[in-house]
Amino acid sequence: MSAGYNFAYLDEQTKRMIRRAILKAVAIPGYQVPFAGREMPLPYGWGTGGIQVTASVIGPDDTLKVIDQGADDTTNAVSIRKFFARTAGVATTTRTAEASIIQTRHRIPETPLKAGQIIVFQVPIPEPLRWLEPRETLTRRMHALGDYGAMHLKLYEDIARFGRITTAYDYPTLVNGRYLMAPSPIPRLDNPKLDRSAALQLFGAGREKRIYALPPHTPVKSLDFEDHPFRVEGWSQPCARCGARDSYLDEIVIDDRGGRRFVCSDTDYCDGRLAAEARSS
Amino acid sequence: MSETPLLRVQGLTKRFGQRVACLDIDFELWPGEVLGIVGESGSGKTTLLRCIAGHLDVSAGEILFAVHDGLVDLAAIREGERRRRIGHDLGFVHQNPRDGLRLAVSAGANIAEPLMNAGMRHYGSLRRIAADWLARVEIDPSRIDDNPRHFSGGMQQRLQIARNLVTSPRLVLMDEPTGGLDVSIQARLLDLIRQLAADLGLAVLLVTHDLGVARLLAHRLMVMQEGRIVEAGLTDQVLDDPHEAYTQLLVSSVLRL
Repeated sequence: MSAGYNFAYLDEQTKRMIRRAILKAVAIPGYQVPFAGREMPLPYGWGTGGIQVTASVIGPDDTLKVIDQGADDTTNAVSIRKFFARTAGVATTTRTAEASIIQTRHRIPETPLKAGQIIVFQVPIPEPLRWLEPRETLTRRMHALGDYGAMHLKLYEDIARFGRITTAYDYPTLVNGRYLMAPSPIPRLDNPKLDRSAALQLFGAGREKRIYALPPHTPVKSLDFEDHPFRVEGWSQPCARCGARDSYLDEIVIDDRGGRRFVCSDTDYCDGRLAAEARSS
Repeated sequence: MSETPLLRVQGLTKRFGQRVACLDIDFELWPGEVLGIVGESGSGKTTLLRCIAGHLDVSAGEILFAVHDGLVDLAAIREGERRRRIGHDLGFVHQNPRDGLRLAVSAGANIAEPLMNAGMRHYGSLRRIAADWLARVEIDPSRIDDNPRHFSGGMQQRLQIARNLVTSPRLVLMDEPTGGLDVSIQARLLDLIRQLAADLGLAVLLVTHDLGVARLLAHRLMVMQEGRIVEAGLTDQVLDDPHEAYTQLLVSSVLRL
């Protein structure tokens, strides 16, 4: 652990302020709580919101996992994991089941989360109504009045133009029948994992300075039409490495002649399946 | 006509600082009636309309609107209750259709949005109703997926009217609905409004400075000057036999062809 830094980088007053925001967010599921976001030693858009939330909830006994687009070994994930290993001295892991805190960008692990775990999402645009209404005063008013009918416009336009809902990520959800929530840019396939999850789910947006949360077992419904129900995407082939059919697959170009293959985006899940196969054979 | 007025305005006053825009306005509007408000620019017509629509807070007075479960005072109601109790009973047609439309989405979505606000979640029905309403306001239903930005001014105005009427309101407020359109398009639009109002039994509060429009559409007329109603009565009566000096001036200043 590096000397000269407070535990988990942020000073205690800041952590207390962020914890107060988190408590309020947990008390009002899906409601965006403003907080005094701090400058972090990395650029906006790289996870400053998620890092501040993680720094405020992490303790010396926690085990941290950081994923970026499902992978544990991408630059962003490696850097943030190292950041907390250095400033908080906590144990880190790549195994979903062993982590007590998981900070993530763009994915929810395929392995179902358990009670007691915390998942922290990095959020670029916390306001699901932003594309519709650029004024913050008006979007707040829309939230206050539950004025969400216009949100279906986007889905209507999708169907009118393409014959189906094409919104593939950051698919809008309604939390506990009350607040409209942006689930952060996770693929549509991950939306059902938000619903009634046993883990505490925290969302931090650094640039926009907003925190929101889903306490365990909160109902989360993805918006849809009666005759065009919400559906997750599927693939025509299984994962090229582990053969999984139920996980989110990344398309990887393997040569310059159009060759490509599909593999799990969740590296821990993929490796876990391969290891289990090796053990059983 | 039914026993009670749809809208009863009592002592409505609107001040902007020291300036008085509307002073002590009283009138009643009955179901199915088209009431015109005429007067020169700056006489307070649009301010009155915007007070009733809830776009402006009134300084004093009551605006009693009959909804399914009794009377609501539009001047005192809070936004949340306003939405819950009035919902889509009240429509507003802006002078400039671009103020009343969502230009980022297609024509069909513009008509479907009020229905989605009201809780309709069936794409097929939304689509059918939107196409139906496009035809009713004389827009080719094949343009349902076109962006209204590419529509002519007259088409945009007809689209705005469809968007307002799709939820079957009981009262529609119109602010110069034919302003900025050329004469032949105006005539077609007036025909359309008159026919729809008659078909749907709609009450309309129509603000215009064009006495010709008022003559064609309105059953009754109120003349406003400097924030007051100076004369009111049946349209033909007011226009053919004006009593007040100001009304006489207004009527005589129209060119006759």
